[in-house]
Amino acid sequence: MSDEFGSHKDVSENLPSAHGAHSGDAVQHDPFANPGLPPHEYRRQDIDEKAAKHSERVVAGLFTLSMLGTIAFIACFVIFPVDKIVYIFPFGHVSALNFSLGLTLAVALLGIGVGAVHWARTLMSDEEIVDERHRADADDELRENIRQQWITGARESGFGRRKLIRTTMYGAMALVPLAGVVLLRDLGPLPEDKLFHTLWAKGKVLINSNTNKPLRPEDVVVGSLTFAQPEGLQESDEDFQQQIAKAALMIVRLKPEDIKDKREAQWGHEGIVAFSKICTHVGCPISLYEQQTHHVLCPCHQSTFDLSDGARVIFGPAGHPLPQLRISVNGDGNLVALGDFAVPVGPAFWERS
Amino acid sequence: MSTTTESPSSRQATHPGERIAEWTDGRLGLYKLAKSNLRKIFPDHWSFMLGEVCLYSFVILILTGVYLTLFFHPSMNEVVYHGPYAPLQGVRMSDAYASTMHISFEVRGGLLVRQIHHWAALIFIAGMIVHMMRVFFTGGFRKPREINWLFGWTLLFLGMFTGFTGYSLPDDLLSGTGVRFMEGAILSTPLVGTYLSMFLFGGEFPGHDFVSRFYSVHILLLPGLMAGLLTAHLILIFYHKHTQFPGAGKTEKNVVGTPLLPIYTAKAGGFFFLVFGVISAIAAMVTVNPIWTMGPYRPDQVSTGAQPDWYMGFSEGLIRVMPGWEIRLWGHTLVLGVFIPLMIFPLVLLAIAVYPFIESWVTGDKREHHILDRPRNRPVRTGFGVAWLTLYFVLLVGGGNDIWATHFHLSINAITWFVRIGFFVLPVLTYWITKRICLGLQRRDRDKVLHGRETGIIKRLPHGEFIEVHEPLSQQQLHVLTAHAQPAPIELGPAVDENGVARKTNPVEKLQARMSRNFYGEHSQIPKPTAEEYEEVLAGHGHHEEITSGSGSH
Ligand code: HEM
Ligand code: FES
Repeated sequence: MSDEFGSHKDVSENLPSAHGAHSGDAVQHDPFANPGLPPHEYRRQDIDEKAAKHSERVVAGLFTLSMLGTIAFIACFVIFPVDKIVYIFPFGHVSALNFSLGLTLAVALLGIGVGAVHWARTLMSDEEIVDERHRADADDELRENIRQQWITGARESGFGRRKLIRTTMYGAMALVPLAGVVLLRDLGPLPEDKLFHTLWAKGKVLINSNTNKPLRPEDVVVGSLTFAQPEGLQESDEDFQQQIAKAALMIVRLKPEDIKDKREAQWGHEGIVAFSKICTHVGCPISLYEQQTHHVLCPCHQSTFDLSDGARVIFGPAGHPLPQLRISVNGDGNLVALGDFAVPVGPAFWERS
Repeated sequence: MSTTTESPSSRQATHPGERIAEWTDGRLGLYKLAKSNLRKIFPDHWSFMLGEVCLYSFVILILTGVYLTLFFHPSMNEVVYHGPYAPLQGVRMSDAYASTMHISFEVRGGLLVRQIHHWAALIFIAGMIVHMMRVFFTGGFRKPREINWLFGWTLLFLGMFTGFTGYSLPDDLLSGTGVRFMEGAILSTPLVGTYLSMFLFGGEFPGHDFVSRFYSVHILLLPGLMAGLLTAHLILIFYHKHTQFPGAGKTEKNVVGTPLLPIYTAKAGGFFFLVFGVISAIAAMVTVNPIWTMGPYRPDQVSTGAQPDWYMGFSEGLIRVMPGWEIRLWGHTLVLGVFIPLMIFPLVLLAIAVYPFIESWVTGDKREHHILDRPRNRPVRTGFGVAWLTLYFVLLVGGGNDIWATHFHLSINAITWFVRIGFFVLPVLTYWITKRICLGLQRRDRDKVLHGRETGIIKRLPHGEFIEVHEPLSQQQLHVLTAHAQPAPIELGPAVDENGVARKTNPVEKLQARMSRNFYGEHSQIPKPTAEEYEEVLAGHGHHEEITSGSGSH
């Protein structure tokens, strides 16, 4: 039997031109020859009916366990209210329903899985069988046959001869997908100058995002980070998410002498400065403020901006400073914007100069 | 009963199952299909189950995914929460988020299905990467299986995006942050970035459309493509028949193993339930993506330590360690700091996709291969695979730089620089080390073949010398350790032809020859023992014994 598939010659025929390959005459004496498939070894279950019976009982037991698992699953579904929380060590407080359903389902499934695998391993014939492989490519005769069929077909179509038809067909096929492309046009509006503007405008009052009250200079204390949004913007507005994504503000109060950037000081009010809260890297909102250094940190990729120096980037992947909003105080003593941001907020893009 | 031979149908089918099969055969040619497949041979090896893990988690994803569609609302309409989860009472959120809350807290078993769906996704993609690397390291991608390699790779690529669109659907604070990240990355595209962003989001970010758009991509487009590719993948596995490791009785022309019916069916079928059972148990015990703790998405809010699902981590690493380069010229901005990572992301993946074609070009190997390589016997390929994985993991580390920093009290700056330098240095280093290790293992194999296996038993010879007893290898082991081919590198050919005229060698040929030397040159393989060497050593042993026994005649 081993001759059929065991001889080493079979292997070396397929080997590349190898140095040191054992080939040619040496085959008979090849010390590394493929010994061929070893004789099949019987398992205990193959010869001992008692062992086989035992395996059978184990498999049947596992399938029965699975049935019990499913019944338990249904029972848990009925018994546990969906909102019941229980404490289970070491998982902590968990939903009783989720926990019990998951585990009973696991038992139901694992019972089948382990049972089937055990069955295959102990009771089904494990004798290895040899099968032939066949090359994927055709022999010369078939190749020639197909070539002829192709040539005949091509000739009958006249595709090569009638150039006019060919060219216009290519043209038609190339154009027709354009219809599909055009249909995508209304996926969204054109960018125009949308990314260049926010809701901020001259005279808009800064509203504290937490209290929803107008922000007054005396509310902004040294060392704290205050978030603000434009007056009139309501959470219930249709376009609230789009607007807040651009207009969110971050206000800090610095000692005027700490501000290194002259323009920054001018655009602020008595040391109170307002910057865009939207990171100039890829647009996360910035949330961490270190009062000693006046650094703010973006939690997404750790870009760090120095708020005492024009919000310049001092660390991380952001490519330009946070835009500053010019603010002042109006007649009511509230902080107001003196206009929109001078540059687009958020991530950079091609049209940004 | 008349045993007539005129037509197969003359035998009366008695069993109802057989009658159904017969009926179908008359219409679909079922028996002809079954002829070559019912007892199809499948070689057995634990690593061949990795692909099955992927297949089964995909099936689980479809089953649980369809269930989720029954309750999930792919809509960004605003609603005010009045469900049972107290901390979010009265909070405004999208319908998508609210319906995911409903699935988690009000639908009995809904939370479990969500958890199984998410865990299966994590395991699906991890399984695909490990499975891919198994195929890579053993050379399973060689002819005739290159196309199936590409199918598998595409499944991995699409799987990552299916996962991404999936975890973006609940519209929670974490996933929304990920979508924002994607929008920022798209904006960096030169010329068309803002257009792409407007078209994808139906206007300015986040708009009202992305959940429903992601939804059709997530439940229809990508799974549909993947189901097609997966079917093709499996058909090709059947058509090519499975590869096998070298061993007794295994050749390039046969396939040795157990038949589809019954052994393989029982094992593989059982394995599906095992995978499903394990995922259910994990889903019961370990919460993944607890969207209720994060709250609904708002573009001006963020949670710290925001991390994507692990398979997106390497893109996160790329974007975190890249310096923030922006080139401003003629009123335009080229956002290299974001755009370069956006481009490297697919390139890293492409590098491994095209490897089979590069290897076959470099080595000039156009033969069919059905016996797998032992990784040590292909040190350059193995080195490249390890280098690729290293790159992947360096970036994964970079993607979690804040987590590393807080857990191990390291400075973010130090980690960032470690990743930046490591990105270039570590793959080279691990390539080199891996190659060394492979060569060392080849040397050990050579010694084993020539001198047998060390038994650890020390024997004292009569004249006082101590030797370790070596046990000769079995024929099977001898064969396994020497079955691999050791091809010679491609030679450039003489610089002058027969007539003494200088021959032109084009630079492409030169590159091929150089890479081929790198692949199969003397620094990349330890010559395996030849039959002569082996006989010689055997004879030498005899000689030695003769001397000790005192006869000395030779
Ligand atoms: C093919 C691979 C797939 C992957 C990798 C995948 C991955 C994911 C992930 C990670 C989530 C987030 C789950 C969460 O934590 O909330 C998700 C959600 C979802 N998936 Fe899939 N999924 C796949 C296929 C499908 C299919 C075929 C369907 C439906 C036919 C589906 C339907 C859904 C639905 C409705 C949700 C949102 C509901 C929810 O998040 O609870 N998925 N998917
Ligand atoms: S979004 Fe702020 S650092 Fe990336």
